[in-house]
Amino acid sequence: MIATRALSKRYGDVEAVRSVDLDVREGDRYGLLGPNGSGKTTLVRMLLGLVYATSGQIEVMGWRMPRHARQVLPHVGALIEEPAAYPHLSGRANLALLDAAGPGGSAGRRSRPQRIDEALEQVGLAGVGRRPVKAYSLGMRQRLGLAAALIRHPRLLILDEPGNGLDPRGIRDLRELLTSLNSTGVTIMLSSHLLAEVEQLCTRVGVLDAGRLVLQDDLAVLRAPTGLIAVETPDADRVAALLDGQVEQRDGPHLLVRGQDAAELNARLVGAGLRVSAIGAHQRTLEEVVLAVTGTGSDHIEGTS
Amino acid sequence: MIAVELVKLVRRPRTWISLVLTCALPFMVAVFITITHLTPPPGQGSAFLSAVLQDGALYPAAALALVLPVFLPVSTAVMAGDSIAGEAATGTLRYLLVRPVGRTRLLVAKLVAVIAYVLLLVVGVTVTAYATGVFLLGPSQAAAVVPGPGAPAPGGPVVPGGPGIAGQAPTAGLAPGGAVTSLSGTPLSLLQLAERIGGAIAFITVSMLGVAAIALFLSTITDSALGSALGALAALVASEILVTLNAATVVQPYLPTRYWLAWIDFFRQPIFWRDIQRGFGIQAIYVVVFLGAAWANFSTKDITA
Repeated sequence: MIATRALSKRYGDVEAVRSVDLDVREGDRYGLLGPNGSGKTTLVRMLLGLVYATSGQIEVMGWRMPRHARQVLPHVGALIEEPAAYPHLSGRANLALLDAAGPGGSAGRRSRPQRIDEALEQVGLAGVGRRPVKAYSLGMRQRLGLAAALIRHPRLLILDEPGNGLDPRGIRDLRELLTSLNSTGVTIMLSSHLLAEVEQLCTRVGVLDAGRLVLQDDLAVLRAPTGLIAVETPDADRVAALLDGQVEQRDGPHLLVRGQDAAELNARLVGAGLRVSAIGAHQRTLEEVVLAVTGTGSDHIEGTS
Repeated sequence: MIAVELVKLVRRPRTWISLVLTCALPFMVAVFITITHLTPPPGQGSAFLSAVLQDGALYPAAALALVLPVFLPVSTAVMAGDSIAGEAATGTLRYLLVRPVGRTRLLVAKLVAVIAYVLLLVVGVTVTAYATGVFLLGPSQAAAVVPGPGAPAPGGPVVPGGPGIAGQAPTAGLAPGGAVTSLSGTPLSLLQLAERIGGAIAFITVSMLGVAAIALFLSTITDSALGSALGALAALVASEILVTLNAATVVQPYLPTRYWLAWIDFFRQPIFWRDIQRGFGIQAIYVVVFLGAAWANFSTKDITA
C-alpha cells in the first residue's frame, strides 16, 4: 500500500528523514512511532506530496508519488498534525467546501449531504455540525478533521497524531472507529508518540529515531514470548536460590526465569513451599521494544514536530 | 476550485465589511459636500469632484477617483496577500493540497477570487455612488442623459449650481444643452455612457491586478498574510512616489501605478486609447511576471505549515 525506498529529506543541514524503507501492506493498521522531532511528520508529508523528497522513491497504492498525486490522493484520507478549518463556517460547511474543492467535486455534489452526514455520524459530531468551528473544543476539531478524512470513503487513512486533543473516551471512540474501518478493508497508517495508543490499535509498527527507521515489524512478532517466565513472589530470595542458574534478572519481588511452561514452574515453586503472587509467560511491552532500539538521548531532544 | 474560492469569498465577513467601508468613504464625502456645497475648483483635487454639485449622476466617477489611490489597492493587497499565506496560517492549505487540489489550479482560483473581489468593490462603489449622487447631490438639471441636445430635463429635486452645466471635470468644458457630456465637451448617449462606465470599471479592476499579482507572489513566499500584504503595499507606495518624481522618468512607463488614472480617458470623446492600452499592457506584464514567479515558487515549495 505504501512503499518507500531510501527515502530521504534534508532541510539545509538537517537530515529530517534518512534512507527510510517504509512498508505498509494492504489491510495493515500501521503505527509509526518516534519521539517528537524524529521525522514522523516530514515522512507523512512526503507520502502526501506536501514535502518533496531530497532523494529516494515513494509508491502509494502502486503509483509513484508525488507524480501521480491526482490518481492516489482521492483515495487517501489524511489528518496532518492538527486539524484545520475555516473558523467562521460551520463544520458542515467546511466539509462541503473541502469536498467540492478537489477532483470529483462537482460529480459528488448529489451525494455530498449524505456523505457529510455519514462522516459526522461516524466521528460523533452528528449533533453539532451546524455550529461555527470557532466554537468547537479541541477534541471536536480533531473529530471534524477525522470526518474530513473520511468523507470520500478512502482506501487508505494517513493520520498524523490522531489522538491529539481527545479525552480518554474520545481516544476509545477513535480506536473503535479505526478498527471497524479497518475491518471493512481500509488500510490505516498513523503516527504517534503515544506508545499505549499504538500498542492497543496497531498490527504493525515502525519506529523512527533521528530520521531513521530503526525498526519495522508486526506487533505480534515484537511482542512474541521471550522464552522467559515472569514471577512475582514475596519469597524472592528463596526462589532465586531454588532456581539458581535459571534466573535471568531480578528486581525486588520480580524475577525473570528461563523456561517455557509457567504452570509447571508454578507447581514446582508451590510444591517447594514458596508463595507466588503472579506468574506468566514474559512479553516485552512495546515501550521496552521501542526504548531498546531508540538512542538513549532521543527522547531528550525536543524538536519541533 | 474556482467556485469554491468564490463561495469562500462570499461567505467571509471580511469581504462585506471591506465593501461597506470602501463605499462609506465616497458616501461620507458626498454628505460633506451636500452640507457645505464646497467642492474643489475645477482642475484641482480628486478627479470629477469639482463637477458633482452640478450633476449628481457624475458622482460614481468622482467616487472611483476617491477610492482608487488607497482604498482599492489596500483592499486588493490584503485580499491577495492573504490568499495563500492565510490558508497556510490556518492550516487549511495542506488539506486543500491533499484533497487534492493542484497547486497551479489553486493559484489561478485565488487570482480569480481576487479579481472577483476587486470587481465587487468597484461595482459596489459605482452603484452606491450613483445612488448617493442622485439622491444626495441631486441629478443634474439635465438629469438622465438625453439623446438630443437641448431636451428639457425631467423633474427631480432642484439642486444648487448652475443650470445646464454637467460633466464638469478636470479638463472639461461646459456642456451645451445639459446632457451628460464627455470631458471633451461633446454629449454622450446613454449607451455610450454605459459602455464607458463599463470600460472604466474593467480598467480599474485590471489596474489592481499588478498589486494583486505581487501580493499573491509574496503570499506564496511567507506564511504571514500581513507580511505579504504590506510587501505589496510597499511596492505600490514606491511606485506612486516614483511616478511623481521627475528624476525617475526612465522607469515611469514600467511602474504599476503609471497609468492608473487613464480610466478617465474613457470619458473623452472620442476615447483616448493610448494610455488605456498601455495601462492594460503594463498590468498584463506584472500579472505574467509575478504570477509566473508565484507559480515557480509555490509549485516546488515544501508545505511545512
